[in-house]
Amino acid sequence: MLIETRNLVKLYRMGDTEVRALDGVTLGIGKGEFVAVMGPSGSGKSTFMNLIGCLDRPTSGEYRLDGSTVSEMGASQLAAVRNRHIGFVFQNFNLLPRTPALENVELPLLYAGVPKKQRFERATRMLQRVGLAERSHHHPAQLSGGQQQRVAIARALVTEPLIILADEPTGALDSHTSVEIMALFQELNRQGMTVVLVTHEADVARYGRRLLRFRDGQLVSDETQRPVAAVAVAA
Amino acid sequence: MSMLQLFRVALRALAINKLRSALTMLGIVIGVGAVIVMIAVGAGAQRRVEEQIRALGSNLLLVMPGATTAGGVRMGFGSSSTLTEDDVMAINRDIPEALAAPALRGNAQVIWGNANWSTAIYGITAEYLDVRQWALASGRVFEPAEAASAAKVCLIGSTVARQLFGAADPVDQTIRIKRVPFTVIGLLETKGQSLMGNDQDDVILMPLSTARTRVVGSASAAKNRSIGTIWVKAVDGVEPAAVEVQVRALLRQRHRVQPGADDDFSLRNLAEVMAAQEASSRVLALLLAAVASVSLLVGGIGIMNIMLVSVTERTREIGLRMAVGARTRDILGQFLVEAVTLSLIGGLVGVTLGIGAAMAIAAFAGWHISISPQAVALAVAFAFVIGVFFGFYPARKAARLNPVEALRFE
Repeated sequence: MLIETRNLVKLYRMGDTEVRALDGVTLGIGKGEFVAVMGPSGSGKSTFMNLIGCLDRPTSGEYRLDGSTVSEMGASQLAAVRNRHIGFVFQNFNLLPRTPALENVELPLLYAGVPKKQRFERATRMLQRVGLAERSHHHPAQLSGGQQQRVAIARALVTEPLIILADEPTGALDSHTSVEIMALFQELNRQGMTVVLVTHEADVARYGRRLLRFRDGQLVSDETQRPVAAVAVAA
Repeated sequence: MSMLQLFRVALRALAINKLRSALTMLGIVIGVGAVIVMIAVGAGAQRRVEEQIRALGSNLLLVMPGATTAGGVRMGFGSSSTLTEDDVMAINRDIPEALAAPALRGNAQVIWGNANWSTAIYGITAEYLDVRQWALASGRVFEPAEAASAAKVCLIGSTVARQLFGAADPVDQTIRIKRVPFTVIGLLETKGQSLMGNDQDDVILMPLSTARTRVVGSASAAKNRSIGTIWVKAVDGVEPAAVEVQVRALLRQRHRVQPGADDDFSLRNLAEVMAAQEASSRVLALLLAAVASVSLLVGGIGIMNIMLVSVTERTREIGLRMAVGARTRDILGQFLVEAVTLSLIGGLVGVTLGIGAAMAIAAFAGWHISISPQAVALAVAFAFVIGVFFGFYPARKAARLNPVEALRFE
C-alpha cells in the first residue's frame, strides 16, 4: 500500500467546543489508483487531504506513506516529504503572480536543491507533458484558467511525486475546461500516477476509479466504480 | 535555497511593488545619506583642526619644574626650580631626536616714550624660535655673542608692539624694561592664541643670560642656572611619545629620582592637549551621528511595517511555498533577505546621495569634507544590521504560518 492510515483522528479547538474534523479513519490506497474523495463541506474530506498531503499532523492515529511513518515526523521532515513525494493541485491554482510559467513549475525543484540546468530541463519537459511548452514564458495573468491549472499540474508533477493530491481542481473552471483537466488526470493515472481527488461535485467524482465518501469526519463508503472517460465526453 | 536564489526571489518580490519598495527604502536612504554627510563634514572639520594644531606644534613636549613639598605643605607645579640649563644641554646632547629650548619667565613693566605695558618676559636661547616654529616679521634674531654677553636686546611680540608703538616700527627703538634700556632688534610674527586661550603675542623674548641678570633673576637662581620651562621638539618623523619617554628617563637620572618615586618635574605632551581638542569635535560628530541613527531607526521601522504588510498579503504564496517543500528556514530566509535587500539597496543609494551632497556642500559652502571608506562601510553595515533587525520579526511571522491556514487565507 502506498498510503495506509489507521484510526486517523484530527481535533480542532474552536473556543470552548472541540470539533472532531476527522474521527477515526482507517484506509489504504495502492499505487496507481485514482481515488475520488467526496463529501459535503465539513465532512472531513479537506482535513483528510491535509493529513495525507503532510500539511498537517493527526491528533492521533497513524499515517504511513510508502512505508514510512509520516505521523511521527517533525516540520522540516514533513516539508521534505511534501517536496519529494506529493504534488498538490489547488482549486485556485496558487501560481506565483508575475512569474513565468516555467519558473512556477521550477519552484519545487528550487526547494529540492536541484541545479539550475536540470531545473530548466525538467520543468520544460513537464510543461510539454501538459501541453503548454510554447507558453513557458507567459505569466499566470496571460494564461486562461485551464492553462493556469495545467501549469499547476506540471508543477505538481515536476518532482516525480508518489501521489498527486488535487483539491477541487475544477472548482474555478468552466465545465468544458473541467473535462479537459480531468482528462489530463486520467491520462496521468493511465501512465501509473496515483491520483487522489477531493471534490464535492458528483460529476467530477465519477472520473475516479474508486470513490470514498466522508460524512461527519468518518469514512462512510468505499467503493470501486467504472470511471467515466473524460476524453470521450470532451469529444 | 542558496543565498543567491533567495536574493533573486527577493529582488523579484521587490520589483513587483516598485513604488512601495522605493518609498520603504526612503527612510534608510535619508538616514544613511545623513550619516555620510555628517561624517564627511565632521571628519573634514576635525582634520582641519588637526592640521592647525599640527602647524602650532603638536610634536612639542613641555617640561615644567615639579611640585615640592615643604614641611608637609605641597606647593604645586612650578614651586621649585628643579630644571636647569644643564638639563637642556643634556637633552640636546644625549637625545638626538629632540631639540630642547629653555625659557625663563618673568613679568615686567615696559616703557616706551609715554606708553607703558605689563607683559611677560622670556629668557630664551637661539633654539627657542626654532622649537616653537616662530618666525620674525621684521628685524633679526640675537647673535651668539649677544647671548654670551647678556646684551640688552630683545624681540617683541605683536601685541606688545601694538600696545607700545601703535603703528610705528618698533625695530631699533629703545624700550625700558624694569628701568633698563633695551634695543628692540626684531618683531615676532603674530602667533595668535595658544591652545589654552592665552595671547601668545603678548611677550618679550631676550637672551637667557640677559633675562637672568637684568630682569627675572635672583641670586640663587643665577647660581644654579635654574630655568622655568623646557620646550622639547621631537625631530620630524619621530613620535613625540617616544621622545617623551627618553626625556623623562634622562631627567629622572640627572635629578637622581629614585625608581618608584614621583618625578620632580612635570612633562606634558602637547599631542595630549590636541587629543582633548579632538574629543570635543568628536562629541559634535557623535551628536550628529545620533540624529542620523534616529532617522535610520525610523527607516527600519518603516521596513518592518511594510514587511508585515507584505507577509499578510502573500500569506497564500507562503502556504504554497510550504506545500511544495519550503522549510521554515527557507521562508524565514526569503523574507529576511528581502528586508535586508531593501535596507542594503537603500543604504547604497544613501551612500551615493550622501557623497554627492557632501561634495555639493564642499563646492558651494567651501567646507572641508573627508569621506573615508570606513565611514561608507560603517553606514552600509548599519543599514544591513537594520535590515536584519527589523526584518526578523516579519520573517519569523511568515515562517511560523501554518501551511493549511496559509493556503486557505483569503
